[in-house]
Amino acid sequence: MASRRSALVVSYAVLALGAVLVVGPFVWELLTSFKTYPDSVRVPPSLLPATWDASGYTRVFELVPLGRQFVNTALMAAGRTVAQLVICSLAAFAFARLEFPGRRFFFGLFLVVLMVPAQLFVIPQFLIVQRLGWLNSMAALIVPGMFSAFGTFMLRQFFAGLPRELDEAAEIDGCGPLRRYWRVLLPLSRPGLLALAVLTLLWSWNDLLWPLIVTTDPESTTLSAGLATLSGQHNVEYPTVMAGALLATAPVIVIFAILQKQIIEGIATTGSKG
Amino acid sequence: MTTTAQPLTRPRGESAPPGGRRSLRRTTEARWGLLMIAPLGLGLAVFYLWPMLQTFYFGFTAWGPFGDSTWTGLDNYLRLLADEKVWAALRNSLAYTGLVLLGVPLALVFAVLLDQRKLRGRGLFRTLYFLPVVTMPSAVALLWQYLYNGDFGLVNQALATVGVAGPSWASDPGTAMFALAAVGVWMGFGYNLVILMAGLQTVPRQLYEAAAIDGAGTVRQFVSVTVPMISPTVFFVSVITIINGLQMFDLVYLMMPPGSPALPATQTVVHLFYQKSFVQNDPGYGAAIAVLLFAVIGLLTVLQFRLQRRWVHRG
Repeated sequence: MASRRSALVVSYAVLALGAVLVVGPFVWELLTSFKTYPDSVRVPPSLLPATWDASGYTRVFELVPLGRQFVNTALMAAGRTVAQLVICSLAAFAFARLEFPGRRFFFGLFLVVLMVPAQLFVIPQFLIVQRLGWLNSMAALIVPGMFSAFGTFMLRQFFAGLPRELDEAAEIDGCGPLRRYWRVLLPLSRPGLLALAVLTLLWSWNDLLWPLIVTTDPESTTLSAGLATLSGQHNVEYPTVMAGALLATAPVIVIFAILQKQIIEGIATTGSKG
Repeated sequence: MTTTAQPLTRPRGESAPPGGRRSLRRTTEARWGLLMIAPLGLGLAVFYLWPMLQTFYFGFTAWGPFGDSTWTGLDNYLRLLADEKVWAALRNSLAYTGLVLLGVPLALVFAVLLDQRKLRGRGLFRTLYFLPVVTMPSAVALLWQYLYNGDFGLVNQALATVGVAGPSWASDPGTAMFALAAVGVWMGFGYNLVILMAGLQTVPRQLYEAAAIDGAGTVRQFVSVTVPMISPTVFFVSVITIINGLQMFDLVYLMMPPGSPALPATQTVVHLFYQKSFVQNDPGYGAAIAVLLFAVIGLLTVLQFRLQRRWVHRG
């Protein structure tokens, strides 16, 4: 019994050490954001700011148009998410419940998109967006991200897991496919839809490569690409940079805090990551 | 009101012989099916499937300054084979992937610790460990650049307390790859952990009880019960880690500014792809690099599925 208790103590110690290594950097980031510049590069460092100074949080808006980029990022994430919920769930319903010619063929074809690395799409995607005159626009940031093979696959699995009797009963009552989709399956699929929404929101918010490619103007890019311009500058104003990093991350952390159960379980069950 | 259970609404023009009705319903269903997949199909065709074919084609072309392309056959691929930068990038990507793969056993240890019945605060630990997974890579990179700073970064300040003078981790070519991979492990740890924890929960408790009755201690139980039962999950996590590792771009782009002495030691395949395609305006060559990456990922994934028969337990 004693050995079992000591095993538990060791477990706590290891887990706590891990937690410090994971959370410590965030705490340091937060504390640094309230320091003055000389304070942030002091050797040896002080844990708490010598004087609490929040000017980094205003200064960062002078370096990058963070407010504008915040709006762009939110619109991009929301646009992609809403579109995916509609487009993917429609297709997922058809694949899970309807009989139509070419069903297997199309499903397989769409899965190809899931199985190849994203770099195979990027160059032609850029050329299409350029030809459409969409560079530096919201359309470039949103439209290609509206269609997701992953989202369709995930929702199809979710729909397939719901008992067929439900929509058969509706069918006998004379409901057509659209009503079965809208009235029967969608209301039952809230957990699946929420998981897809949260994952899409998260990936869109954090996406870097695509905004880098289709935007050059700081006013029309996203937080992710905007923050990148702060990195590697000479004589970096660390408190300001840390403030910017925290501001850009804050909305995601808040969403995570509220929906952490759904997010973690969504990822654990689908095993997905952007 | 009629007593027969007839549909309330009937599609137009239906005249009710049973067989006919069924076939009519089938054609409406087929029409709806195609209609419902149409938006997705169109979008995927325009923005994904057609671009994919184009990339394969672009790999055989060279581009002029005004977007005009000419067929050059295998030129890009021959150039690729002779390009020391490509080989270096491939080596770097593989090294990075190998290093972040070390995070998998680490996550497994933590998952097993968290799976103990008597343990409290499981949810809290899981949430904390997951934090870096949802954090924007750009923000993570800024934070770690600061922590890795040679003069006043927290890492070296901590090392100084035990009398070690650390290098400039992220800009020293000798340590940059390790620094990068450490951040990669830090970011991916929570993800691996959550999936492994879900896998552990599916291991039947009776197996542990039976093993305990047979006199197996904690370590023996881990080796003989946990490891084989969890091996399919470990396999899955490894496959995902390798695929993501080979596609590493963000951290290199963010932490290795142009001209950094450590860039040659850390430039990954996707970073090189980005440079060639979008900075140096050589999309033909960029496409060839993308195809090379596709081949490498495909090859390694097939190889893993072959090798898994040796170590993955299928109950």
